[in-house]
Amino acid sequence: MGARGRATLVRVLQAIPVIFGVIVISFILTRALPGDPAVQFAGAMATDESIQQVRETLGLDKPLPQQFVLYLSQLAQGDLGQSLSTGRPVLTDLASRLPASLELTLVALLLSCLVSVPLGVLAATRPGSWVDQLCRLLVTAGVSLPTFFTGVVLIYIFYYLLGIAPSPLGRLDFVYLDPPRVTGFFLIDSALAGDGETWFAALRQLILPACTLALFTLAPIARMTRAAMLSALSADYIRTARAAGLTRGKILYGYAFRNALLPVVTTLGMVFSFVLGANVLVEKVFAWPGIGSYAVEALVASDYAAVQGFVLSMALLFVLLNLVIDLAYSVIDPRFGTAAK
Amino acid sequence: MLSIKDLQVAFKTRKGEVNAVRGVSFELARGERLGIVGESGSGKSVTSYALMRILDAGGRIKAGDAVYSGIDLRNASESAMKDLRGREISMIFQNPRAALNPIRKVGHQIEDVLRRHARASRQDARDKAIAALEAVRINDAAARYEAYPFELSGGMCQRVVCAIALACDPKLLIMDEPTTGLDITTQKAVMDLVDDLVKARGMSSILITHDLGLASEYCDRIVVMKDGQIVEQGDPKALFTRPQHPYTRKLVDATPRRGATIRALLPAEERRPELPHAVKDTPILEVKDLVKTYQGKSGPVHAVKGVSFTIHEGQSVGLVGESGCGKSTTSSMLVRLLDPSSGQILYRGTDLATIPSDGFARHPLRPKIQMVFQDATDSLNPRHSARQSIAEPLLRMTPLRGALLAARVEELARLTGLPAHLLDRFPHQLSGGQKARVGIARAIAPDPDFLILDEPTAALDVSIQAVVLNLLADLRATLGMSYLFVSHDLNVVRLLCDHVIVMKSGEIIEAGPAEDVMDAPSHPYTRALLAAAPQAPAA
Repeated sequence: MGARGRATLVRVLQAIPVIFGVIVISFILTRALPGDPAVQFAGAMATDESIQQVRETLGLDKPLPQQFVLYLSQLAQGDLGQSLSTGRPVLTDLASRLPASLELTLVALLLSCLVSVPLGVLAATRPGSWVDQLCRLLVTAGVSLPTFFTGVVLIYIFYYLLGIAPSPLGRLDFVYLDPPRVTGFFLIDSALAGDGETWFAALRQLILPACTLALFTLAPIARMTRAAMLSALSADYIRTARAAGLTRGKILYGYAFRNALLPVVTTLGMVFSFVLGANVLVEKVFAWPGIGSYAVEALVASDYAAVQGFVLSMALLFVLLNLVIDLAYSVIDPRFGTAAK
Repeated sequence: MLSIKDLQVAFKTRKGEVNAVRGVSFELARGERLGIVGESGSGKSVTSYALMRILDAGGRIKAGDAVYSGIDLRNASESAMKDLRGREISMIFQNPRAALNPIRKVGHQIEDVLRRHARASRQDARDKAIAALEAVRINDAAARYEAYPFELSGGMCQRVVCAIALACDPKLLIMDEPTTGLDITTQKAVMDLVDDLVKARGMSSILITHDLGLASEYCDRIVVMKDGQIVEQGDPKALFTRPQHPYTRKLVDATPRRGATIRALLPAEERRPELPHAVKDTPILEVKDLVKTYQGKSGPVHAVKGVSFTIHEGQSVGLVGESGCGKSTTSSMLVRLLDPSSGQILYRGTDLATIPSDGFARHPLRPKIQMVFQDATDSLNPRHSARQSIAEPLLRMTPLRGALLAARVEELARLTGLPAHLLDRFPHQLSGGQKARVGIARAIAPDPDFLILDEPTAALDVSIQAVVLNLLADLRATLGMSYLFVSHDLNVVRLLCDHVIVMKSGEIIEAGPAEDVMDAPSHPYTRALLAAAPQAPAA
């Protein structure tokens, strides 16, 4: 246990230079981008003087190193700056939008795992059967259909044709009030408030975008589960288990599946990180007030503080994610963190 | 107890059906220890998998009968077979570390079997698992119960596999190459242990092995298989002294044994007189006080603790020891793949130890010292044809190009006995012996005068080992090379080497002329090594 704690601490410490690197690069990159925030902010009717004035108030007239030091000292105080496009502190914006994206992504991944992992296992135990073919079909469809397309199709069928889905406009229908904010996850917050009606409404809003994302993430997870199960099932220890007369269930789940979990967890981590950054299209289609659409809007408007805040929060999230994955590893695999690795 | 009649097993492959076992019949009496001996592809393992009905996907019993204590193994239901496996018939496999679930405590793996066959309840499973570990003479069994396979040595893992197999007191134990990958003293310890248990419990056993010597030591009767058929069976001594079938004779001949010359390994009609090789007085390689210390997590690891020896021109020196004794580290330093911590490696007076290993590839002495690797398959680039593999060192170290290069490659192929039409094949299209020839041809390509042979025959069948050893002996005589032959197999070293060095824990504990060390070992460890090597009954 002590070794695991120490390994975790080492991972956290290792993340510090990474985070600093992200801060530097996001700072430089935003400034290297074409577009002048002062011009944007001053508006269409601005004169040269008013633009210059805006530039001075934003501190953009100072040399880059000085701006960077200023940025760092603000960061140290937990201040991510003001967003020019929304006019609110970036931290507030992120705090309201990040949970929206996380809720969507997590629910989507949960859905996806519930389908893809059993599918992958079944496909691996019966190679060439109809389950295997179905797995192959879903995987191919999942990767080849772009998310915005699946999203639009789902809206067309379930909202327009069947009318069973609510209008795809954000996290909650306008007749409901946001639940009292605790975590920012509507499902959790409304459950905490004991408000069943809001909970159900939030779920209804969530289902279509979550399914859209889930369809997209299904493919890599199902494929990896199938491959990992196949290789685990052909391992020598499975033959030992068979020769010892163990039951099929014990062999499949106690022996093969636990060994196959490692690559699946790795894939899950990769899918999670890339979906979180890449679900802009889904957010746009479903008018989901998530962090992806926020970042794109900020980027278009040369909103430095917002873009930097987004990149930094993503970096922190990835560090956290990797930590969680490492912890999951150490729970699954006793060899993790030992000299053998 | 077990009776097999005309058993045929076929596998479905892309190229159609392949018959792996073609009509095998034998009987096994209660308490009898049967050995099934054969080379790779003889169908010996498949026969046992068929008995257990654990053939890989695509394999099936095509015809024949297999009856165990009145139970028809071929037609029994799968659930009946599951009850039988582990309780009546158990198996021990090769490569024990891989045969255990890497992420499950060994104690739990034993419990799984006990609980499956209702030999233990939730309450007493732990105690019974520990008792099973104690039965295979594992010290401190209660602590080992909590261990994962990666925390145990290979020999210990094999004991755990035995514990799993024997936990439910089966009547028949099938051992499939149980000691492959184990050190020779560990092999003896494991085999003695299993043999004692089998005898004490009155079990029957089937030992599947490629090693005739091992089988003759631990079996009452031996069945020799070739190409899915039994060619001969009988009492081990009779089989050795009066082999009836030509294949058995070939196997018996090829098994390295005391008192045999290297030519005696070959079939009688292929034995040409051995070419003499001259050992000169000038040293080609002098190793002085060579040390290698690694920085481990828990302090320095002394892999090689100051070894010194001399190899003379034309001499073949055997470097013998068990895994972890530092023989591989030493040979890696000699070919300059590793930098020594201190000490000298004098090649004809030049100290190679001062040349950093990174730069040695471009050093003018690089062509002079070459290596033949242990695994002929893994040490060849799978996407290079034999011709490309052999030409590679020539392209890097000699100015030969074009027609001259092609001529040299063909000459090397002829020297190593590789038919020229195989040169354009890829490794997976070549047999084990052919791949070994490619590896040797590649090593001798830049015309070295010192060759390090790192267990070059460890992965080969005995009959092919015999051919490769003879090839090495011929090359040494015709090309005048010196060898450092790294091996754990004393019987092989005795055949090829003039001088033997025995290493243990990073030190040389005994060295001297091969006959002296082999016939009158002075160190107790050398004696233990010699005693552990299975000896075929004298012809």
